Formats: sequence, structure tokens, C-alpha cells
Amino acid sequence: MKIPFPRTLAFVILFSFIAFNLHAQDVASFEKRITVKKLANGLTIVIMERPEAPVFSFYTRVNVGSVQEVAGITGLAHMFEHMAFKGTHEIGTTNWPKEKVALEKVETAYAAYLKEKLKEVNRDDKKLAALEKAWQEAVAAADEFVVPNEFGEIVESQGGVGLNASTDRDETTYFYSFPQNRLELWAYLESERFLEPVMRQFYKERDVVYEERRMSVDSSPQGRLLEQFLRAAFIAHPYGRPVVGWPSDLKAFSATDALNFFHKYYVPANMVVTVVGDVKAAEALPVMEKYFGRIPARPEPEPLRTQEPPQEAVRTVLIHDRSQPLYVEGYHRPDFRDPDDAVYDVLADLLSKGRTSRLYRSLVRDKRIAIAAQGGSFPGSKYPNLFFFFAAPSQGHTAEDMAGPIHEEIEKLKDKDVTDEELESIKTRAKADLIRGLGNDQGLAFQLGEYQALYGDWRELFHQIEEIEKVTKADIRRVANKTFVEPNRTVAVMETEKPKTPPAGPAKGEQK
Amino acid sequence: MNNVKALLFLLLAFSFTAAQAQTAQPSAHKAAPTPDKQSSGVATSWRQVPIPALHQFKPQEPRRVQLPNGMVIFLQEDHELPLIDGTIRIRGGSREEPAGKVGMIALYADVWRTGGTKSKTGDELDDFLEAHAARVEASDSADSTFLAWSSLKENYDQVFPVVIDLLENPEFRQDKIDLAKQQFESLISRRNDDIDEIAGRESTKLAYGADNPYARTAEYATIDAITREDLLQWHKRTVAPGNMILGLAGDFDSADMEQKLRQIFGKLPAGEPFVPAKITFNQPRPGIYFVEKNDVNQSDIQMVDQGIDRHNPDYYAVEVMNELFGGGFSSRLFVSIRTRQGLAYSVGGGVGTAFDHSGITRFSMGTKSGTTAAGIDALRKEFDGLIQGTVKPGELKKAKDSILNSFIFEFDSKEKVLSERMRYEFYGFPPDFLERFRAGIEKVTAADVDRVARKYLHPEKMAVLVVGNAKDFDRDLSTFGKVTAIDITIPQKKAEKSGSN
Repeated sequence: MKIPFPRTLAFVILFSFIAFNLHAQDVASFEKRITVKKLANGLTIVIMERPEAPVFSFYTRVNVGSVQEVAGITGLAHMFEHMAFKGTHEIGTTNWPKEKVALEKVETAYAAYLKEKLKEVNRDDKKLAALEKAWQEAVAAADEFVVPNEFGEIVESQGGVGLNASTDRDETTYFYSFPQNRLELWAYLESERFLEPVMRQFYKERDVVYEERRMSVDSSPQGRLLEQFLRAAFIAHPYGRPVVGWPSDLKAFSATDALNFFHKYYVPANMVVTVVGDVKAAEALPVMEKYFGRIPARPEPEPLRTQEPPQEAVRTVLIHDRSQPLYVEGYHRPDFRDPDDAVYDVLADLLSKGRTSRLYRSLVRDKRIAIAAQGGSFPGSKYPNLFFFFAAPSQGHTAEDMAGPIHEEIEKLKDKDVTDEELESIKTRAKADLIRGLGNDQGLAFQLGEYQALYGDWRELFHQIEEIEKVTKADIRRVANKTFVEPNRTVAVMETEKPKTPPAGPAKGEQK
Repeated sequence: MNNVKALLFLLLAFSFTAAQAQTAQPSAHKAAPTPDKQSSGVATSWRQVPIPALHQFKPQEPRRVQLPNGMVIFLQEDHELPLIDGTIRIRGGSREEPAGKVGMIALYADVWRTGGTKSKTGDELDDFLEAHAARVEASDSADSTFLAWSSLKENYDQVFPVVIDLLENPEFRQDKIDLAKQQFESLISRRNDDIDEIAGRESTKLAYGADNPYARTAEYATIDAITREDLLQWHKRTVAPGNMILGLAGDFDSADMEQKLRQIFGKLPAGEPFVPAKITFNQPRPGIYFVEKNDVNQSDIQMVDQGIDRHNPDYYAVEVMNELFGGGFSSRLFVSIRTRQGLAYSVGGGVGTAFDHSGITRFSMGTKSGTTAAGIDALRKEFDGLIQGTVKPGELKKAKDSILNSFIFEFDSKEKVLSERMRYEFYGFPPDFLERFRAGIEKVTAADVDRVARKYLHPEKMAVLVVGNAKDFDRDLSTFGKVTAIDITIPQKKAEKSGSN
């Protein structure tokens, strides 16, 4: 049976360690199969020929994420991602000219409603109700022209699989796979959605996104913990805000806000489109150029200004929850361009990878106080982020019990060199993991696209392994000593609240 | 148990995806719409875009070898990368464990690997394998256990002996049994933290009966009752060539590999064939079931019933119905409940189709506490529409196109072809089952879909489960009928004083 919408558990740390090592001739073999072209409008195309089966996968990576949001529009990057499935002037409408007018009326009505709703003094509730009604009527009128989900319907009925998208702090990505003979159809559809997206059914979709917040954050113990953790760790940088947005903003921002956001950040120079599979660059490039070249060049957005000031004291969040305990602590670390980036990758492997990792052996195997323990970088990489330590206590242990043993492991990193065997083993795994990631179209598209976008060169994927190779025991101690210091620490603890009355089963189906 | 484990190791997961509509299946190149492009060559409508014929493609079949002792081996060469990955699937899984020892097979699979072999502890294996960037791991399911491995080609000759050693000389050391038991018990203590986990678990019990081997759950007492001897006995009973299917994919020469594997496995006696126990599946008792969870603002709604197995001639029509009703972006449930009404981020489902027993028919959605009743109403309205109405030709075509045009993704890698073949071998389906599937889907008519909708969807007979925060519901659940509260309090451990085993 198909399970339609599982949460994609694409956790950032899992991807932060995509470092790889192949021999020169292997990189050369990729060189032969990879074509990169920057179009006149600034959009970058990456094509890799991999004719294993008559299919291809693509990955559109837009250099915009929730870090671009400001107060009042948190969650908008993710909201726009949802709207990119709503169709265009051609797709999803029975009559675009009329729908356009109707959508404009929705925006006017909504602006009037919101203005009244947010009035700090002299709000007129009667007027508010009337304005809300007028807005809802405008929405209903615009809905008359909608062919719901036609974009997704075309992709699916044409044989597309894995249609999805994802928004994170640093980037927004779109992807699916198609049979090889649909390349031109794909180029049309994918360029069209960023050429003239239409914000139809925006306010219903906003409700859908709010449900996503309830599922991922409000009704999930680890969601609640992590939101508070990041909120505490970052006081200035937008990494401290939830990707999905604050409740107030999710109930306020408008389709007009979303379009403004789109125009500002979805500029071709901010986009990398990667295709991997049964395609020939000589044939695919002109097709892609023809369609993606239609997107007009626009100025690149201003870089982010706000930086996180150095942390000068421990910050602690304590949540009393009905759930079982969880523990997380984090230390600020530099961004991915830092010369020590590879050292943090090595630390993550050393602490977390498999049953030989230090946190597993100490907290899970030997002390038996946790059922899972890991460390790594989070929640983004483009800007200074955190190196975290996380543990799920085993039964009978509190979250607080995790702190001591985690700090013991940290002190060990600072005081004692790792063994030659450990370091060698990490480097071997880095190489093997790289190779394991090269065996399918989608994985390749993700990785090539990511490296092309972050470093401006997909080859960096292969060069990263050399950086791992260079990491020494002294580097590990130096970075541990530099990073894992008390004033740089943020701790978030979830402890189980003792129920006030015994947790008898639910009384009955009574409510309200 | 395994799901819970997976969940915990992803505890920090925190990403926000739009929606995932995953289709699984078939291809046909429909006649391309007439190209009618402008002079620039840029289509102005998707209908104008030419769709040429799909490249010819014949998936590479693995080499199948059956040894005289009954063991079946599939060898699939894939020289793209210097890797070799293998899996042995062994008949017999958790549905066979005694009711008083639920969790035994999960524990077995865990400690099979961590407990090491007669000559090497599990920790020594960990050190050896991690140093070579290799993996050997055991896992379990309701009907099988698995031993899987992966290594660089250059390390195959060092890693494969670990697999053989685990097959022949597992030790199930007591310290790792204790560790696994402690972890399993911790997972039990965490099982009521997440509404989706509660809803999945309790609705499965409603669909099959709480004591059914596919539905029952491990408790402190059942974990406590498992002994090392149980694990050794299970190993002895199941791990025999006659009960095993081995699949290997990667950078090797299959003639050469066949020789090597024949030498290793050919000399072993077949062993006793594994005879699965008979399982009873109770029909769900219709009604409204409720689990109170007062620290959430979203309800998880599940409607469950028993589905069909894949031998059923209606399988193909059911798959088409599932696609158009609860499958992808353009399915009725998605369009109505998510897109039009904004009631849910996650909504969908279908009639369950399992290989060798009735699958679970399951429809689910997550909606805010204040629209819980509205959500149930909305699901029921869609059921009524499907059962009482007729499927439109355009809708049927979309659903079939979606399955047939994506059919290529069923076998677009050599590893997928291998795992499909292993699955058919295990369940006794013909090796060309995929082709039959395609042909079966092509024949489905609108009348077939109407017929199977009426035959397999019975909202009045389904169990409806709500996990949520009742004080904020829009309507009392009793307005739907009698509400049965489910007590999910975890049965506590017996007094520790009796000592452990």
C-alpha cells in the first residue's frame, strides 16, 4: 500500500558529511560525463550522462531559504515552495485573464481584513467580520477558475515519480524523476513554474502549511525541543527561527508577500538545475537553454547582513513535557568555507558513525544510559552554525544524566589524541561513503547540484575528500579546544513531567 | 519494534517538505500529442511538447542458481562502482514468535549481529568492519529475517567470511542480549510520545485484532521472557539452505561467483523446511475508537479495514482505484481534503494489498483538533462519492497513465530488478509478475473500479480511530456513534525483586 505523505526525514547532519574520495582517473571519468553551462540570464545548468536505464532525475536548487525571511514573514520561503505546485498562467486555470482579476480582488480584500485585524487600538469587530466575509467571498470567486493540482497531475500522469520539494534554512529544492522521453516536457514544466507562478488557492494552502507545523513542531516532542533549542542558541541570526514559521506569521502573510519574495529571490543567478540520467548533453543542453533561458535576468539579492554575535554565557532551556526525556546541546562553529570544516566532519564521524563511534560506545554500550547518541553540525552550513550533541536517555535516566558523560567525551577529545586506527578508519569510510553515493541518478543530482551551488564547482564534491585526508590528530584537539567551551554552549533539556493525577486511560469519548 | 527503532535514530529530523506523492509502477508511451510549436521552438502549452518513443530497454535479469539443497541464489553483475552488496533472506519471522515472547525475532536479529560469533565478539566485528568501511547487519520482518552486507569490492574476501561465520557460528552473547533488552524496553517506554506512532500501532490492532501476529506489540513482560536459548533455537530452526534466498549485486564475475558460492553452500544439508503457522485475521469491529493525547493540537485519524492479497484477480483494479482515490497529487482525497478544504497536510490511503495475506485497508489524515469531526465527515463524504458514484473516463485515464508511464521506475536499476526477483521467489509469484502487472493494469475499466470500490470499501464496517486532544474537538465524537476509549497505558514491569531470569 502506498503511504502518501511521509515526512521526509532528510536531516541535515546526514548530508553534511558528503565528502568523497576518488582517484584522479575517476574524477576524470566524471569530467567526461558532466557538462556545466551558465546561461545568459545567470542560471546554471549541470548535466550528467548516466544511461543506466531510460530515465532521468533532476534537482533544482534555489539559493533561498528561511534565513532570507524577516519578522512578519517567517515561514514564507517554505510557503512559496508549496505554491510552486499550484500551476502557472497555462496550467491550473480555466481562464487566466479572469482568474488574474479575481486574484487581485482577493489580495485587496485580504489586505483590508488584515489591517483591521492587526489594529492595536479601535479595532471594529463588526467591520472585521464584514471584511473577513468579503475576503472569503473573493476567494470563492477566484476558486471558480481553478483546476486543482493540475501541475502535479501532469507530472504524475506522464510518469513522474518522487515529486516533491524541500525548504531548509539555506536552500529550497525541487525534484522528481521522469522517463527519458519526457525531458522536453520537464524542461517546459520546470521553467514555467519559475517563470510565471500563480498564487492561486494561497490561503487554503496556508492552512495546509499550518497543519504541517502542528505535525512537525507543536505535536511532536522533538519538534518542540528543537524549536526552543535553536531559539536559544541564536539570538540574532535567522538560524534561530523555525523554517515552518511562527504561528502569528502563518496566519498573516499574504499571496502578495509570497510573490514579492519570489521576485526578489528566485532570480536565475540564484538557481542551479542539475539533470542526471539517460540524457545526452548535446541534445539536452539546447532544450534546457531554450526553456530556462526564458526566465528574465533579475538583479541578485543582497547578501544576508546579520551575523550571530559571539556567545558569552551558557544558555539553558528546560522543558517539562509529558514525553520521555531528550537532551541536546550545541556549540557555535564556523560556516562551510572555514578551513576547519573538514575537521568538524571528522568529529561528527568519530562521535556518531556506527557502533564504533565514541558516543555509542560510551553512552549506549558501556554506561547504558542512552538508546541513541550522536553529534554533528546543524541546522545549516552556509552561515556559522552549531556542532550538537544529542542523546535519548534509556528508561530510568533523565535528560540531565546525559550531560556529564557527554562532557567526558568532549574532554577526551580536547586532552587526548585520537588513535591512528580511528583516524584511518574515518578516512576510509569517507571514501567508501562517497562511492556509495554515486550509484543513482537522484543522489548524484542532489550532490552535484549542492556542490555546484555552494562552491560554484561540482568538482568540490571530490576535492572535499582531500580535505578530510589532511585532517590530523592535532587538528581534532585544536578544534575541540576552540569550540567546546562552556560559554559557547546552549543546552536544551526535555524532562518528563510527573502527571498530577495518575495517567488513567482516557475517561471516555467525552469532550467539550 | 523496528519502526520504533528507526524513529529514534532519526530523532532530530526536522525538515519540511511540500508533499510526497510517490507512484510506483508501469509505462506505456502514449501517442505523443501533435507537435504544434511556435517558430521559436518553445512550447506555449505542455500539450504541444513532443514526446518521442522511450529508448529501448531490456532490464538485465540476474542469474538464478538453485543448489541441490534447495538454496536459491541470484547474481546480478553491476560494474558501475567498485562495490559488492548482498542479502540473504531466511524464511520465518516475527509472526511465528510465541505470544508470550513478542519481540523475540527483533531481539534475535539485533543480537545475531551484535552478539558476535564463537571466535569474535560483536565489538570486534564492529571494529573490523568499520575499519574497512563495510557493513554486515541483520534485520527482521513478519515473515523473514535478513542478513545483509556491503563492502568495497577490494574487501569482499574479508567481509564475506564474517557473513558465513555469523550464519554458522553465532554466539548471542548474554551481555548484548541484556543491552538489546534494555533498549527495547526503553522503546516501549517511549511508544506513547508520538501521535502517529500511537495511531499506526492501535489502528493495526483494530484492523487485524490485538492478538494477531502482525498487530501485537512487545511488552516489558514479553521482552523479559525471552532467553538466549530461544535465540539459539530459532537460529537452528530457520538458518538452513533450503530456507534461504541469497541475492548479490555488484562488481564481480557471476560465473566465478557462482562457483565460489556453490562451494560454500552446496556442501550444507538442506535442513528442515520452515512451515509457517496458520494465522487468524479477525475482521475489525466497526465503530469509533479514541485515544486521548492532551499535549497535541492535531488529531491523527485512521480508518481501517482488511484489504486483499495480490493473488486476488481484483488486485489490478484495486491498484487503479487506490491511485485515483488516495494516491498522488491529483487523487480525490488530496484534491478535496488538502487542496480545496485545507484540512490536512497529510491525507491519503488505499485498500491494502499484501503478497500472502490480506493487507490493511487504511485511510489516514492529520488535522487540527478543532476540525477532527469535520475531517471524519470529509473522509466519509469521499467514500460515499466513490461508492455511490461512477468513475469518470478522464479520471480513470489519469490514474492508469500514472501507473503505466512510471512503470519503468520499477526496474530502472539492476538492484531493483534483483530485489523484485528475490521477492517473487520468496512469495512464490511468477518471475514475470511485473509484466503481468502491467498487462493487468492496462485492462482495468471504469466499471472495474466502480465494482471494486463497492466490493472492498465499506465505511460502515471500518474501525475509525482518533488520537487527539478531545477538549478542542469541533464536535463530540459520540455524534458518530458509540465511542470506545482505548487505554494505552503501558503495562508496568513486574516488581523487580523477583530478579532477572
